[in-house]
Amino acid sequence: MPIIELKNVWKEYGREVVLERLNVRVEEGEFVTIVGASGCGKTTFLKMLLGTEQATRGHLLLDGSTIPGEPDGSRGIVFQRYSVMPHLTVERNVMLAGELAANRFLGIAFGAQRQALREEARQMLEQVGLADATDKYPHELSGGMQQRLALAQALIKRPRILLLDEPFGALDPGIRRDMHELVLSLWRSQKLTVFMITHDLEEGFLLGTRLWVFDKTRLDVQAPGAYGARITYDLPVEKTSPPLASLNAQLADTARVLGH
Amino acid sequence: MKKLINRQPSKLTAVVLGLLPFALLLLLYLSASGARLAENPDDRLLPAFSTMAESIERLAFEPNRRTGEYVLWADTRASLQRLGIGVGLAALVGLVFGVANGAVPYIRATLSPLVTGLSLVPPMALLPILFIAFGLDELSKVMLILIGITPFIIRELQGRALEIPDEQIIKLQTLGANTWQIILRLILPQLMPRLISAVRLSLGPAWLFLIAAEAIAATEGLGYRIFLVRRYLSMDVILPYVVWITLLAFLIDIALRRFSRWRYPWFHAMQR
Repeated sequence: MPIIELKNVWKEYGREVVLERLNVRVEEGEFVTIVGASGCGKTTFLKMLLGTEQATRGHLLLDGSTIPGEPDGSRGIVFQRYSVMPHLTVERNVMLAGELAANRFLGIAFGAQRQALREEARQMLEQVGLADATDKYPHELSGGMQQRLALAQALIKRPRILLLDEPFGALDPGIRRDMHELVLSLWRSQKLTVFMITHDLEEGFLLGTRLWVFDKTRLDVQAPGAYGARITYDLPVEKTSPPLASLNAQLADTARVLGH
Repeated sequence: MKKLINRQPSKLTAVVLGLLPFALLLLLYLSASGARLAENPDDRLLPAFSTMAESIERLAFEPNRRTGEYVLWADTRASLQRLGIGVGLAALVGLVFGVANGAVPYIRATLSPLVTGLSLVPPMALLPILFIAFGLDELSKVMLILIGITPFIIRELQGRALEIPDEQIIKLQTLGANTWQIILRLILPQLMPRLISAVRLSLGPAWLFLIAAEAIAATEGLGYRIFLVRRYLSMDVILPYVVWITLLAFLIDIALRRFSRWRYPWFHAMQR
């Protein structure tokens, strides 16, 4: 059974069609990278997976049943910014998922349970390379380290799917490369299913096992909202040599028409 | 030479410049007071510092002949107690409703217009009602402070709660949190330092309401005292009392700021 399945999914805001006729299946363990001009519904699609937006038509299935209509523990997320809790130390940020599960009323763990959560958090922090920063607050970390923390915090919950919304968009190139290695190693070791939005085609080809291009197949220059975007390319990454130049040109065309 | 807007005073210069107006005011007072006293040694309007010192010594260190109390300390205790209870209750009520309004859209839709409406009522206009309803004792003074500053604190905290990035609220849900846990582990702790700064901002109005209420009906208190001795033109008491009230307000403000910086370092780092 596919982990995510879309059956004729549409998303409309009033008369504006954002996404139309999406039919796609994703198996467990795939790393899907999503590119497309801004305004082509990439973020809307991710929000539908997350549960903060609902499909207006069709069916969006997680493990064969309708995806929950609000965010919950089945789907983890890392945003470009603001993903971690500024008022908690690094360690407490990573312990958060366990603490929330341990005590439904207070959301705080005590005693042996707390020790166990701390131990687990330490191991996770070791994996993402933050072992030396456990007692720091997020504001004391660099942008890259904050994103490492956000990954650790999300992954310790063991979500069915991990959603990444341009997680490295605000980072320097060198730091981005480190983060690519980290994400790939976490994806392999934890057997994750990942959906990642990126602006950077090369990043998409580098990280993904499968690359989707969101684009409008029909584009009315007078009414850009009349038709929605679809997945115009669904490329299995290992088997194709990336047609970077032509894809980039197409995306730029759409972006011009949409005026972004 | 650089433009004036680009020139920065050194630390020492800044301190000296900062003290200068105080020194000038002091000097102005001394010369004016000296001139008046030279003309009329019984002048009460601008008393000499020595007269003020005598008065304060009498009020602070000699028991009152009638009550046996040390007047300055009894006044200070009474006023601080009213202020403390009033501001403390306002902070508590403000926190509860501010968090509830900021966190839950249904509560916000229900209560936010009411709070906005209440915040527009001039609290001083309610003072007669408070005196009628709660009598002339402590309760009406505390209630005036409470009614005067709570709407501001609620609105402030509600606004700050709405500024918490959606990303964090969503993230917490993906970590398995329910509504109550989001309030307890995200919104409440992030609003605590903001509560302190809201309280700091409302201390000025709180003092105003306290002194006003004491001026009208009280038997002790800093505000009561200055309005009492006004009848005898006792500037030698009023002026030191005003300085003392200012000092108290300053110390409370500093204490709150220090506490906030110590307890919530992440908040003050984010502010920069």
